[in-house]
Amino acid sequence: MLGFIDILNSPHWANTLPFIWRGLQLTLYITFVGVAIGFVIGSFVGLARLSKNKVVYGIATVYIELIRGTPILVQALVLYFAIADTFGINFTATTAGIIAIAINAGAYIAEIVRGGVESIDKGQMEAGRSIGLSSAQTMRYIIWPQAFKRMIPPLGNQFIISLKDTSIFAIISLGEVTFLMRQYVSTTATTFEPYVMLCLAYLVITIPAMIILRTIERRLDV
Amino acid sequence: MIKVTDLHKSFGDLEVLKGLNAEVKEKEVVCVIGPSGSGKSTFLRCLNLLEEITSGEVIIDGERLTDPKININKLRSQVGMVFQHFNLFPHKTVLENVTLGPLKVKDMKAEEANKLAKELLQKVGLSDKADVYPKSLSGGQKQRVAIARALAMSPKVMLFDEPTSALDPELVGDVLEAMKDLAKEGMTMVVVTHEMGFAKEMGDRVIFMDEGKIMEEGDPQVIFDNPQHPRTQSFLSKVL
Repeated sequence: MLGFIDILNSPHWANTLPFIWRGLQLTLYITFVGVAIGFVIGSFVGLARLSKNKVVYGIATVYIELIRGTPILVQALVLYFAIADTFGINFTATTAGIIAIAINAGAYIAEIVRGGVESIDKGQMEAGRSIGLSSAQTMRYIIWPQAFKRMIPPLGNQFIISLKDTSIFAIISLGEVTFLMRQYVSTTATTFEPYVMLCLAYLVITIPAMIILRTIERRLDV
Repeated sequence: MIKVTDLHKSFGDLEVLKGLNAEVKEKEVVCVIGPSGSGKSTFLRCLNLLEEITSGEVIIDGERLTDPKININKLRSQVGMVFQHFNLFPHKTVLENVTLGPLKVKDMKAEEANKLAKELLQKVGLSDKADVYPKSLSGGQKQRVAIARALAMSPKVMLFDEPTSALDPELVGDVLEAMKDLAKEGMTMVVVTHEMGFAKEMGDRVIFMDEGKIMEEGDPQVIFDNPQHPRTQSFLSKVL
């Protein structure tokens, strides 16, 4: 047992910093790229969920339920081990991480998109169609800009969730911040400082992100 | 200009329009009156296919709306519509609301579209509001922007779906004025309305609908002063 003073004076606080810094960069990279791709997926799937075409709607629904019904950890295992082994596809851990985040966030974002679009008054579509715009044009010029504004707060939340989700990729040896801290723990046999630092590393990102999000929400008046 | 033959419309099992026959001539102003739920709005919405037609035929300016090959967007751009709740685009300025159709549907140049929109806004008395967003307008102003937006497509027919029903009483006048100007210019208009004064003054013809049918139609003077059908009599005795 170490005393309180010993812990405060521990060299491990400073020693973990380079790893935190390096790991956090990869964490952020995977989150940004993954969520961006997830937004593209989510936009298409979300709109597909609003489609009158039963096949399109069906495929979108199956995807969403499949992803929302399984843990992201399991999804990563399937992607990185099961699919990679069986079909001989070799992802790097980073690629697998990005794909896992994209597919996972995509399903949740699809529901955000669907909700956003559905929240726009039906009269907007009718007004657009009544001046001769096609349904795609009305979506693009009338519905989407209004719906997107309403999607920003939940999209921000999803970003924070995905950021935290990247920690599970430690299991596929993806060198993000959690993985690096676990390595640090196993090589130095200290647990307290590296794991406290790991918490702080996430908070340094998530707290400002939440503050920014709340500011945007207030500005947008949504 | 418009010919409606045996028009039926059902929502699921509920039959809302039960075989309408009507005709609107060029430059004619036809007012459709009747109690709520009589199907008058549905009738109007069938005229630009905002509602799918269950059966029957609607011909507008020689185009058969029920023809599966019809270019629905082109047709709608020629049939202007003004809604009860305005349905302005809140994320666009007043000017942009008016120019969107000409720009995107007619591929008009921006300069030309802006000029057209400014003329139309002046016509409805709102030239000073071009650059504001709809939320800062009163209901009456919004509805006049909606009229300008529809007119920007140079429609052959204008449909009005209870254009003054959502307005405060003191704002109704400006909208009715704009509609009167339009009627005087010879616009073909179909107006679903509760404004009996407008129907009387501006209508060339009045159609009275009830329970999904046209019960009576004719000259406004005759309909209002000497209605024949007992349903018309009872309706008018309540509203006049």
